[in-house]
Amino acid sequence: MLLEVADLHAGYGSSKALFGVSFDVAEGEVVTLIGRNGMGKSTTVKSITGLLAPTAGSIRFKGRPIHGVAPHRICRAGVGLVPEGRGIFPNLTVRENLVMAGRLGSGEKAPWTFDRVLAFFPRLAERLTNGGAQLSGGEQQMLAIGRALMTNPDLLILDEATEGLAPLIRQQIWKALDELKATGLAMIVIDKEIEALVGFADRHVVIEKGEVAWRGTTAELLADASIQETYLSV
Amino acid sequence: MAEFDPHRPSTIDRVAPIAAIAILAAVPPVAGLLGDPFLIKVATRVVVFAIAAIGLNLVVGYAGLVSLLHAGLFGVGGYVVGVAAWHEFNGEALGLGPVAWAGTADLAITLPLAGLLAGIVALVTGVVSLRTSGPYFLMITLAFDQMLYYGAVALQKYGGEDGLQILSTITFAGRDVSARTPFFYLALTILAATVFLLGRVVGSRFGVVLRAAAENERRVTVTGIPPYAYRLTAFVVSGVVCGLAGALLASGQQFVSPADMSWVRSGDLVVMAVLGGLSTLWGPIVGAAAFVVLELVLSSWTQYWQLAFGAIIVVVVLTLRGGLADLVKLATQGRDAR
Repeated sequence: MLLEVADLHAGYGSSKALFGVSFDVAEGEVVTLIGRNGMGKSTTVKSITGLLAPTAGSIRFKGRPIHGVAPHRICRAGVGLVPEGRGIFPNLTVRENLVMAGRLGSGEKAPWTFDRVLAFFPRLAERLTNGGAQLSGGEQQMLAIGRALMTNPDLLILDEATEGLAPLIRQQIWKALDELKATGLAMIVIDKEIEALVGFADRHVVIEKGEVAWRGTTAELLADASIQETYLSV
Repeated sequence: MAEFDPHRPSTIDRVAPIAAIAILAAVPPVAGLLGDPFLIKVATRVVVFAIAAIGLNLVVGYAGLVSLLHAGLFGVGGYVVGVAAWHEFNGEALGLGPVAWAGTADLAITLPLAGLLAGIVALVTGVVSLRTSGPYFLMITLAFDQMLYYGAVALQKYGGEDGLQILSTITFAGRDVSARTPFFYLALTILAATVFLLGRVVGSRFGVVLRAAAENERRVTVTGIPPYAYRLTAFVVSGVVCGLAGALLASGQQFVSPADMSWVRSGDLVVMAVLGGLSTLWGPIVGAAAFVVLELVLSSWTQYWQLAFGAIIVVVVLTLRGGLADLVKLATQGRDAR
């Protein structure tokens, strides 16, 4: 297994948010975390990426424990994050946003370079000297994904990558993610667009009130209409 | 496809520092023509504080951390020159554990030493203070500055609170540089070298990471970069530069005193950087020049000059978000679109 999350407990101060979340992600697999707002999806992501120290449980990446490890070390181990709300640097240019994330000598697979990211998102190549704040929402999202790719992840985590984007732009992002999946990149995806997720992901984990309420494959999710009814309707 | 070129400065950012240095270089001949050697003294002061403000700006402008320690680091550099010269002049060796050093008034030795010692002090204080941010960083750097200040006051042998007169003839690699003009050009050379080297630093990926961390620290960490290491490096580099500037000030005025190390002096350095403009490398040169000249001109009019000076700072900060560097940019915009 690439990532193993076991009995994860986490919270913010005295308020607990996760009560024993367990799931795993295999090499090259795409797993979704689905559920309504405030159910613990983002807290799970924060725990995996080291932004929040879990209070109990374990997280192993490539067999090594990563809970309580500094975020930059987790990233260097191969966990890339496209944070919620795009998370680019608005005062840096597109070029600077990408270059800052590039490190030499990382990645076992074909490494992501500046040129390869620009070839993957040609739109960004046209806007290299523009500031991050001058980009459209879709471009900002491409930049956020491009920056995460520059760190050469083995697991890419996308937290609400298509939120607030126009339908056409969303399609472009999903197409790009499809291409990334084809390269064998494992992903954890959080998104509200269930129809797109169903066509894209291998397995699904439904998180409800800080616990795993359901897990299964795409086929199982489609076969069981009550799952969507119970957990996913807003 | 575009090559790996992290930062391409705009024309004005490339030309302005060269122009500033060229203007300063013209001061001694102009002073000669006007028969006013005092101008060289003023220009030397501008150059020295420009070096310090550029160094400080790496921390304040690029890393977004307002430090009140830097006058202390400036003073460390000054005291290296002062103490080394004192031992040379008095013929009394300075005992450093097992080794005894005769001291020297040669800047080819004391300048690197000043940079080194200021860098070490910056490293030790930076390790602690960079664990904090915002107002806590301000307070902790202020506290370290006061420690350095009172440390200097406690140096009774070297004048204590009264400061230390430098009685030796200041040399550089054996050559006498104590006269106004050669000393000015030595300082100007160091300013030029500082601008060039720090230009390389802020234009590199390192500089981009510093600015990114100032914008959003968390996003930097999830990109696999520990901001702390980058900030500490910037803090030490800026400490070295301030140490060099302090050594030059002490050599130029042949005097060093704890007064130059108080946190109020650190505030002056921050004002120079902000006044000139934090977002460019060359802004602090303009800021230092404006500060030194305004201080001189206003204080010749009234002893309450700081009142007028404060008003000018308020106007600049409110109207020019990029400091006086913005004014230069506006004036040249017709010729340079970018």
